[in-house]
Amino acid sequence: MLAWTIYISFLGAAAMFLLPKGSVALARILALLTAVAGFALALTAFVQHRSGEMLTVTRVPWIPSLGIEYHLAADGISLALILLTGIVAVTGILFSWDIDHRTKEFFAFYLVLIGAVYGVFLSYDLFLLFVFYEIVIIPKYFLIAIWGSTRREYGAMKLVLYSFVGSAMVLVGLIAAYVVSGSQSMSLGDLAGYPFSPHFQMFAFPLVFVGFGILAGLWPFHTWAPTGHVAAPTAASMLLAGVVMKLGAYGCLRVAMTLFPLGLVTPWNHHVLGLGSWRGVFALLAVVGIIYGALVALVQKDFKFVIGYSSVSHMGFILLGLMTLNQIGLSGAIVQMFSHGILAGLLFAVVGRMVYARTHTRELAALGPMSLNHVIPFAAVAFVIAGMASMGLPGFSGFVAELMILVGAWHAFPLLAVCVGIGIVIGVVYVWRAMQKAFFAESRNEPASPEHPLPPISLPERLGAIILIGASVLVGVYPQLLLNIIVPALNSPLFDGLRKGSWQ
Amino acid sequence: MIAINHAQIDYAQLLQLVWPEIILVAAALIAVAVDLLLLRKQTPRLRFAVAASLGSLGCVAAILRLVLAPVQANILDGTLIANPLVRLVQIAVLALTIFILLLSVDSKFTRHVGEFVLLVLIATTGMMFLVASQDLLVIFISLELLSLSLYILAAFSKRSLQSWEAALKYFLFGGMSAAFLLFGFSLLYGLSNSTSLLAIAGAIHSPSLNPLLVIAIVTTTIGLGFKVAAAPFHFWAPDVYQGAPAPSAAFIASASKVASFFIFFQLAVLGFAGAEGTAALPHIVRGWVPVLALVAAVSMLLGNLVAITQSSLRRLLAYSAVAHAGYMLLAIVAHSQQSLAALLYYVITYALATIGAFAVIAVVEEHKGSDQLSNFDGLARQAPVLSFGLAIFILSLAGIPPLAGFFGKFYLFVTVLQSSKSLLWLVVLAIAMSAVSLYYYLKVLKRMYVAALPPDAGQFESPVLSQVLVAALAAAVVLLGCAPHLLLRWIEAALQASGL
Repeated sequence: MLAWTIYISFLGAAAMFLLPKGSVALARILALLTAVAGFALALTAFVQHRSGEMLTVTRVPWIPSLGIEYHLAADGISLALILLTGIVAVTGILFSWDIDHRTKEFFAFYLVLIGAVYGVFLSYDLFLLFVFYEIVIIPKYFLIAIWGSTRREYGAMKLVLYSFVGSAMVLVGLIAAYVVSGSQSMSLGDLAGYPFSPHFQMFAFPLVFVGFGILAGLWPFHTWAPTGHVAAPTAASMLLAGVVMKLGAYGCLRVAMTLFPLGLVTPWNHHVLGLGSWRGVFALLAVVGIIYGALVALVQKDFKFVIGYSSVSHMGFILLGLMTLNQIGLSGAIVQMFSHGILAGLLFAVVGRMVYARTHTRELAALGPMSLNHVIPFAAVAFVIAGMASMGLPGFSGFVAELMILVGAWHAFPLLAVCVGIGIVIGVVYVWRAMQKAFFAESRNEPASPEHPLPPISLPERLGAIILIGASVLVGVYPQLLLNIIVPALNSPLFDGLRKGSWQ
Repeated sequence: MIAINHAQIDYAQLLQLVWPEIILVAAALIAVAVDLLLLRKQTPRLRFAVAASLGSLGCVAAILRLVLAPVQANILDGTLIANPLVRLVQIAVLALTIFILLLSVDSKFTRHVGEFVLLVLIATTGMMFLVASQDLLVIFISLELLSLSLYILAAFSKRSLQSWEAALKYFLFGGMSAAFLLFGFSLLYGLSNSTSLLAIAGAIHSPSLNPLLVIAIVTTTIGLGFKVAAAPFHFWAPDVYQGAPAPSAAFIASASKVASFFIFFQLAVLGFAGAEGTAALPHIVRGWVPVLALVAAVSMLLGNLVAITQSSLRRLLAYSAVAHAGYMLLAIVAHSQQSLAALLYYVITYALATIGAFAVIAVVEEHKGSDQLSNFDGLARQAPVLSFGLAIFILSLAGIPPLAGFFGKFYLFVTVLQSSKSLLWLVVLAIAMSAVSLYYYLKVLKRMYVAALPPDAGQFESPVLSQVLVAALAAAVVLLGCAPHLLLRWIEAALQASGL
């Protein structure tokens, strides 16, 4: 059944073209139904499959002469991310209820993107995974270039070229792994079980890790992310930050680290700048990303750029969690993937849809005098809650995730963990600053002129915000919901290589 | 299956072997006769429809003959060969020719309809012989038959100066490259006292390369590099792609590529066997492999980088063709059985996408006057089917899954690396360059889907036939991408059966 999350999204996209001309409302409803159906399938699988072990969904030969199979499978990690995709997809449509320019095409591209994301999370065959991973690129481009705002064509092209360079690196690594193993199989399990020589892994690991890391906002390859997020329409920013960046992180864990564990931990023969292995390098880059993202977010004038850079900072947490290589850190990274997907979606929804679509400005200085906390109180409340969650207040998903990553980092890299602490403090400051400037600035003149009152927050927007906040609180209060399936997945034989390397 | 294997000529058997070619020539003559004798007073469209149908019927009949009465033959030490592999390439060429003929039905560039179809079919006949031979003389003669027809086809739009200029350039460069090729062939004959590829391979086998052989390798590479538009022998390509009438350009860019690449592979692998050398950095050993590796690398770099700056879609496709020639040359560099399978898959799917792109260009030019990229602004609103088709073709050329171009690239790179891991540098270069190529391909898509329709844009009637053709080609590209095995299985079976 889980495979139908992919098919239903693609079918929904195809059905868009069958709708009569100008049927905007119908297109919205069709898109919503499709996304809800996908979400329902994901939720059913999530509820039913409580052991977290790898579960084969579909397996048929695809290109027999190369040993490539159409093999879909899900374990706890993929299930958590599929559930996230379902939630973000549904709320993204709720927040794009106001799209009336080329509506059908918008939702068609949107659903193709969603379907491909489901595909990546479900693929067990690496060829299949790569196919879905690349399908994601094209709808992203059009969503931003057609429906975007600020410098949209530049932002879209930059994002696509970065993604494509990343996937080119991944492709080189995958082809090399396939040829070197000579096993006539692209299955993740088969390739992960093949003992690649440490020398080969030392080259292949950084190649594939950085290839996926580009999409995960790995510093210094993150620059596509803020411009892309800012240029994108609300729903696309939500998807980009919410799930597409997770594809990169998922690829780092699922492909790079699983296939080439020795490349990660084997110490180099000599130390460069005090770093002895790729693990140290990427942990350092992750921490630099956390602090750099937070610092840059601190000085932005554009509201959406604040959120864009905060994504870079939060993605740094995920990458750091992956590099800790201990169970608590890795589980924390996956919880953070889920948490950041929800919260980034919420933040972008507030900024892009609730505020920008009404005020037509994102300048913090211009938003202040509008006293938005009086005019659209729901937006202010939603942003305060999202901001609290994002800065890691207990009771929200962000807290659990960051705590677990910090504990893991403390075991692995005590010095870096201290730096992360600084990053968290800066995180509090930039959220506070943005919140204060945008919503609670003292208005010197009279509130917004009564001739042009801002339209009130609509029902779909309220619904979307409530779903996202609810999900974050649920995970924050009862993290076992995710951990129960993530931990067994991390203990599965697939990650044997990593465990043998250095697993505490 | 009839098996023929003789060192002496038996004309009855030869006749049996060349039935498909005979059918083609007969169809060409019938088409030209019907057109000139019966239809001279009719509209060009009707004349094109009749002549193209007759020509296509001829192609279909030839395909049927190849499929239904397969022959396994080797006449006079490879002068003429029939085996499953040759048959597969011939069928591919014939199928592509059918598309070209159908594509020409809506064109208005000439009143000499019968002659156009005649030349297309004669060129196809040349390709049929070209791929069916392992003998220098027959290869050269059929290559000239093909080339001379193509020169005239490039010049067929008599009212267009561009078409003249393109044809003249094509002819001059072509003549020179033919001279190089003939020079190389004469050296090979001098070295081996034979025109058969296998005999040549036997004669040139020695531990150290004969200097004359080096010259022969280089000049042969120049001659065939010209045919496949590899850099630095590509100078004709942009002008011909731009100046020639759309069906001719599509023909030059598709069917002719399939035949040329196949014979390039055969000539290098069979004729120069024993003089391979290696292209492994940094230990390059002299031979034909490093020469081709160099040509491939230059083609990939130059084609992709120059394509970025183009403002005309045809020129853009020309430079992208140079880049694709670079990728495909990798398969020859790898010279393994799998890499031949990858090459055939790649070149056939590439040809399908290219014909489709030219079909769309032809319609746009008809309405808007030129193929400038700005003429594609907002095309998706005017002609949704054609735009969607062009998007599929362009994305396939860019190598985006799940389209045929992606699997072509993937399989090609895998086979290259499988043949020798030291070719990794070429594979890395190719993948890096295909990341670059996405930029200019996306520029085309941006024009169609993102740019606003110019306010003065009028109504746009897409011809039904073009729409059907584009839809069929797009469907083929998608289908072969999603289920590569449909074609791959056939190629591999043919390779097994032919023992190459």
